Amino acid sequence: MSATEAPGFKLGVDIDNPVMPYLRRDRIPHIWCPGCGIGTTVNCFARALTESGLNLDEVAIVSGIGCTGRVAGYLNLDSFHTTHGRAIPFATGLKLANPKLKVVVYSGDGDLFAIGGNHFVHAARRNMDIMVVCVNNFTYGMTGGQVAPTTPLGPTQTTMPYGNFENPFNLPFLADACGAVYVARWTVYHVKQLTRAMKEGLNKKGFVFIEALSPCPTLYSRRNRLGDGVDQVKYYKEKSVIKNDANTKDVALGFQSEIIVGKFVDRERPTWLEAMNEHLGRVLGERYTPYGVTHVED
Amino acid sequence: MSEAETVRRGKGTIFLRIEICKGCSYCIDFCPTHCLEFSREFNRKGYHYPVLARPEDCTGCDLCGLYCPDFAIFGVRFKDLEKLKPPQGPEPLIPTRP
Ligand SMILES: Cc1ncc(C[n+]2csc(CCOP(=O)(O)OP(=O)(O)O)c2C)c(N)n1
Ligand code: SF4
Ligand code: SF4
Ligand code: SF4
Ligand SMILES: [Mg+2]
Repeated sequence: MSATEAPGFKLGVDIDNPVMPYLRRDRIPHIWCPGCGIGTTVNCFARALTESGLNLDEVAIVSGIGCTGRVAGYLNLDSFHTTHGRAIPFATGLKLANPKLKVVVYSGDGDLFAIGGNHFVHAARRNMDIMVVCVNNFTYGMTGGQVAPTTPLGPTQTTMPYGNFENPFNLPFLADACGAVYVARWTVYHVKQLTRAMKEGLNKKGFVFIEALSPCPTLYSRRNRLGDGVDQVKYYKEKSVIKNDANTKDVALGFQSEIIVGKFVDRERPTWLEAMNEHLGRVLGERYTPYGVTHVED
Repeated sequence: MSEAETVRRGKGTIFLRIEICKGCSYCIDFCPTHCLEFSREFNRKGYHYPVLARPEDCTGCDLCGLYCPDFAIFGVRFKDLEKLKPPQGPEPLIPTRP
């Protein structure tokens, strides 16, 4: 059943939601809980893909395991749902085997920074030409709300019944320190800005990191009496301060604290492939044939 | 709001797949003109879904579409709607990309 004020136009035939062509429609409705923000980030990603002008046959999306990890399975792109924490090494292999591809890693905070933290650090250090989108809901959603390396100090989690006492990562600072060439943080309240960041990221060469804060009403919010998903998005609206070019040292998050959002880093550095070609070309001269192109031209 | 409605008010309107809405209220709370409200009715899953309570205020900006985590709703401007061609044939079995 559908509802509209434009009766001459049949939904799904004459007109459709702009996100639909990017989805595997047979899998909709998705599994995400009511008020979960992951779907909102997918809307932004779909709009960003349109705006990027990239050839969609040359875009691949890789996810790890988790609620966010399901994104790869819902997108109508070449998609890979890898093992827990291994989205980045998989993406690295994909990129190096077929340097024409624009490879996007889309995964959760637990997947990318707990079990997969080591891979993140090294891919950023090498300036591997991939874009990493982290949906940060401060918890392990899929497995029942365990403490994550991003959980702020204070809130309870199933594995922190008296509140979290572990110091969390400041993700933009980590990405910046490791050498990412583009670092931004937005929330699912900032749909337009998140879309623009994703578009810029898709057209950027090198290691791009985008953090999207997103509610997990079922576990994180309920356990900490923070209301529904929409209440968390209202918190993002009220407590976010846009500070582009902020020093990433200063953007750490506390429990329900002020949230500094913006584009923090945008710089140039040779990618891993460029560095290899340049170095081996210099050392081996004529004997070396440069490998691959490093960026999909738009 | 009924499907038979033909009078166009406002600059745009919404389309909604009622059955995939999960009643999260994102569209209602973040519509810039506050023209959506919850229905009194439930869908088959038991969720209240949005209705265009003040159609004269809808601009068709599609911010509801950008927010909706369930891909259920989207907005469209009447002037963009008019540009659309009549349907070319049945919906393809394998969805194509734009
Ligand atoms: C090797 C391995 N260890 C543990 C798990 C269990 N596991 C599944 S998802 C997950 C964490 C997911 O957290 P996050 O990446 O933040 O995703 P979210 O569900 O919050 O989106 C864990 C620990 C697993 N699937 N595989
Ligand atoms: S458990 Fe949390 S992160 Fe997972 S779908 Fe539900 S609300 Fe979203
Ligand atoms: S299209 Fe814009 S104005 Fe109309 S309901 Fe959606 S958000 Fe509101
Ligand atoms: S945002 Fe989508 S799922 Fe949420 S109430 Fe509106 S139409 Fe329903
Ligand atoms: Mg998580």
